[in-house]
Amino acid sequence: MPNITMTINGRDMSAEVENRTLLSSALRETLNLTGTHVGCDTSQCGACVVHVNGKPVKSCTMFAVEAAGATVDTIEGQAHSDGSLTVLQQAFQDHHGLQCGFCTPGMIMSAAALLKENPTPSEAEIRDYLEGNICRCTGYQGIVNAILAASGQTAAIAAE
Amino acid sequence: MHNFDFVRPSTLAEATAAMQAEGAQALGGGQTLMPVMKQRLAAPDTLVSLAGIAEMIGVCEKDGALVIGGATTHAQVASDAASMYPALAALAGMIGDPAVRSRGTVGGSLANNDPAACYPAGALGSGATITTNTREISSDNFSTGMFDTALEEGEIITSVAFPIPEKASYQKFEQPASRFALVGVYVAKFADGVRVAVTGASEGGVFRWSAAEAALSGNFSAEAIEGLSPEASGMITDLHGSGAYRAHLIGILTKRAVAAAH
Repeated sequence: MPNITMTINGRDMSAEVENRTLLSSALRETLNLTGTHVGCDTSQCGACVVHVNGKPVKSCTMFAVEAAGATVDTIEGQAHSDGSLTVLQQAFQDHHGLQCGFCTPGMIMSAAALLKENPTPSEAEIRDYLEGNICRCTGYQGIVNAILAASGQTAAIAAE
Repeated sequence: MHNFDFVRPSTLAEATAAMQAEGAQALGGGQTLMPVMKQRLAAPDTLVSLAGIAEMIGVCEKDGALVIGGATTHAQVASDAASMYPALAALAGMIGDPAVRSRGTVGGSLANNDPAACYPAGALGSGATITTNTREISSDNFSTGMFDTALEEGEIITSVAFPIPEKASYQKFEQPASRFALVGVYVAKFADGVRVAVTGASEGGVFRWSAAEAALSGNFSAEAIEGLSPEASGMITDLHGSGAYRAHLIGILTKRAVAAAH
């Protein structure tokens, strides 16, 4: 089986995988990074979003061997090294951006990618960017509010 | 899914050689192929990844056309081609969702020729030329039906040249669950005439709506096609909409595209 090395959350990690092993499976089952969730396994729900070379991808729809040599960032690498949450993570907590939490790793990774591209997105831009992330508990208002807050746009939340 | 051999060539010549193997299949971004393989509707013996071939990635403007490398992602086209050909960049930016656009490629989309995909409309509407490792194919001769193209076994789309029109617009009526086009219409106005390409609607895949092209070539305004819509026969009927509904949408979306063209 191929042995691949990826730089995951800043650390070089190696894994033995089959060619058909999905990146999501390699992260969860081989490397025990179970923060990345698999909801649908059909590229619809976005729970498995991670960043590969800085870009958001659905890790259930990429082969692990395609990520050989790549930089991969997952939810486990988001919080600061002392364990304190990022502004975005804290905003999800403060604004009730999650209920059961299953979709949250993908939501955070997609939202982080959005804020990197567009530091002050409008509500419409947030909703458009999260098109491929599905939440079945909260509806989306808390999630949108969290991202508005994380981008310093508290006035936009108050206006609703 | 069934296992397979995996190769990641770094040159087109290596990829062409790898595609000669029995049961070899090119892998672009995998955003269609992987779901298909998970369902065991496809089980290639060898996947030839095109993602490591630098000469097949990137966009540039050449001889009045936007030339996109076959392995260029939708996200890159949406950002890098926006100043060269805004309507086509906008089309790329509307495919799927951001994570899908990080992976999916123009070559993969055209080679797959999903009857509801966006790029086939952009290519046919622009009168694009599809270059492969062996030849050039006009977009007028490329689609040969649903999920079927003029590509031969082992042929790889290396780049696509989209002639840049005076103005153009793509209007997509999304099927909200899949985000594919229930109907999508690409209108492009060139100095020598107008092209109108329709995706999502026909059982035969992407097609040119010649009646609208004729009307718009004389008068590029929404009024020129008032009340015009194509025959409903041959249009896709499924749980999302009837053939008559899709035919109606084509007329509406074409008018919107003419109004929005820039």
